[in-house]
Amino acid sequence: MKQKKWIPNVIILVLVLALYILLSVLISANIINPYYSGILTMVCINVILAVSLNLATGFLGQLVLGHAGFMSVGAYSAALFTMYSGLPTVVSFPLALLVGGIVAAAFGVIIGVPALRLKGDYLAILTLGFGEIIRVLILAMPFTGGAAGLSGIPLLTTFTYVFIIAIITVAVIFAFIHSRHGRAVIAIREDEIAAEAAGIHTTYYKLLAFVLAAFFAGIAGGLYAHHIGVLDPSKFDFNYSVEILIMVVLGGMGSITGSIVAAIVLTLLPELLRGFSEYRMLIYSVILICVMLFKPSGLLGQHELSLTKILNKFRGKKAETKKEA
Amino acid sequence: MAMLSVKDLQVYYGSIHAIKGVSFEVNEGEIVTLIGANGAGKTTTLHAICGLVKAKAGEITFCGQNLRTTDPHKIIRLGLAQVPEGRRIFARMTVQENLEMGAYIRKDKSGIDEDYESVFKRLPRLKERRKQIAGTLSGGEQQMLAIGRALMARPKMLLLDEPSMGLSPLLVNEIFEIIHDVNRSGVTVLLVEQNAKKALSIANRAYVLETGTISMSGDADTLSRDEKVRKAYLGG
Repeated sequence: MKQKKWIPNVIILVLVLALYILLSVLISANIINPYYSGILTMVCINVILAVSLNLATGFLGQLVLGHAGFMSVGAYSAALFTMYSGLPTVVSFPLALLVGGIVAAAFGVIIGVPALRLKGDYLAILTLGFGEIIRVLILAMPFTGGAAGLSGIPLLTTFTYVFIIAIITVAVIFAFIHSRHGRAVIAIREDEIAAEAAGIHTTYYKLLAFVLAAFFAGIAGGLYAHHIGVLDPSKFDFNYSVEILIMVVLGGMGSITGSIVAAIVLTLLPELLRGFSEYRMLIYSVILICVMLFKPSGLLGQHELSLTKILNKFRGKKAETKKEA
Repeated sequence: MAMLSVKDLQVYYGSIHAIKGVSFEVNEGEIVTLIGANGAGKTTTLHAICGLVKAKAGEITFCGQNLRTTDPHKIIRLGLAQVPEGRRIFARMTVQENLEMGAYIRKDKSGIDEDYESVFKRLPRLKERRKQIAGTLSGGEQQMLAIGRALMARPKMLLLDEPSMGLSPLLVNEIFEIIHDVNRSGVTVLLVEQNAKKALSIANRAYVLETGTISMSGDADTLSRDEKVRKAYLGG
């Protein structure tokens, strides 16, 4: 029983579209009030961040502790672009996001070339250092507003924008991982020497995955800047990098759907727990510890939530019941 | 002309002079083995050929190409495939995916499919386990997979680093039988081994490495009858 491969893809597309329409209608009817739609926007931004970090950490296998640094570079570049380019916002905003992504990617190259010669802890510490240097530089630069922050950024991030870009990010990274390039990246994670012996240009692919991750972090930064309207360098500190990393680890390193689920849960959880006020962070931490104790490989491990598999199971059951009948 | 030739190779680890002027040749169709004790420099010599360590001086030529100036990832494209020490399979990929990675440099779909069949024919145990995660294979099966993966590149020459390591005597025999068989099908073999007895039993020629220099060389049969070799490497 060979099923057509495109059917699950079409179903996913329809589901995503339905979700988008549902959420947009609820937002415009004010059933989801601006407070909650703001949270939804942050969910999408965190999905972009977690999925892109998963590319570097889960698939390439390099522990990166400076993802918020790339995000901040993108956020400031995008914000400054819309504020000073003088273009109409319809043009300037998408361009600004692209600029944010490209500048972050450029920083990815600058950091990546020396950093990717290192492994494990060393790379982690170097990227951590990078994140802090960026933060201090932003504080010191004349055009970033320093510690007072950069304010007056036009609020251009709409739910439609952030949702579509999150979907594009997931689709691009998913396609990358399942391409020849993606297999090269995974082979490097499994064994760098064997990958090189098989003819994979390891330096190139390590840099490519790292820079791609930085690019999407930069775009997420741009969306964030135009969502909040004010940028404050302290937002992009080490803690935020770790928060994104927790999403990746919790969802499962090497599972894109895992990162999506974890990003959604970990963004919503602190909000849902607001009623418990001071116990909020305690509960949050306990949940994290429990997951790590009982499922150290993350919620989904290396697996993906796959519609094909679910469909197959469903069909399998049907076939079984038919047999029994 | 030799397929692989190494001339006066010098390798240093910091201030330690690990390889002190090693020279040897491997001709097309041969099985040549480098034998020697722990720390003699066998693996270092192989690593220098593959570009994993930089040689300080000397010449390494494969099919007329200077390997010292070739990027490590391009070596396979010249037709030189490695079966590294400790197997180094892609543990979280399936057997099938490991073999696919072996054919990474190739684009000829039909040729690749042909080679799957020939690898599975030669290594039937892999066929049974093609969907299995490679890290869950036994040591011997992992070694077979490492050999199968290297063969998927359809190489002219195979470099094997300690293929018998950590395997039971029965499996060692099986692995050496496979190597012999691969050679008979036209692949030249350079075999680095501590198990000198087994290595000499299938090799045409051999070189004995001792603390970074070649102390003896010659016909494998002659060497295995040599008094000194018998005492030092073959257990009397």
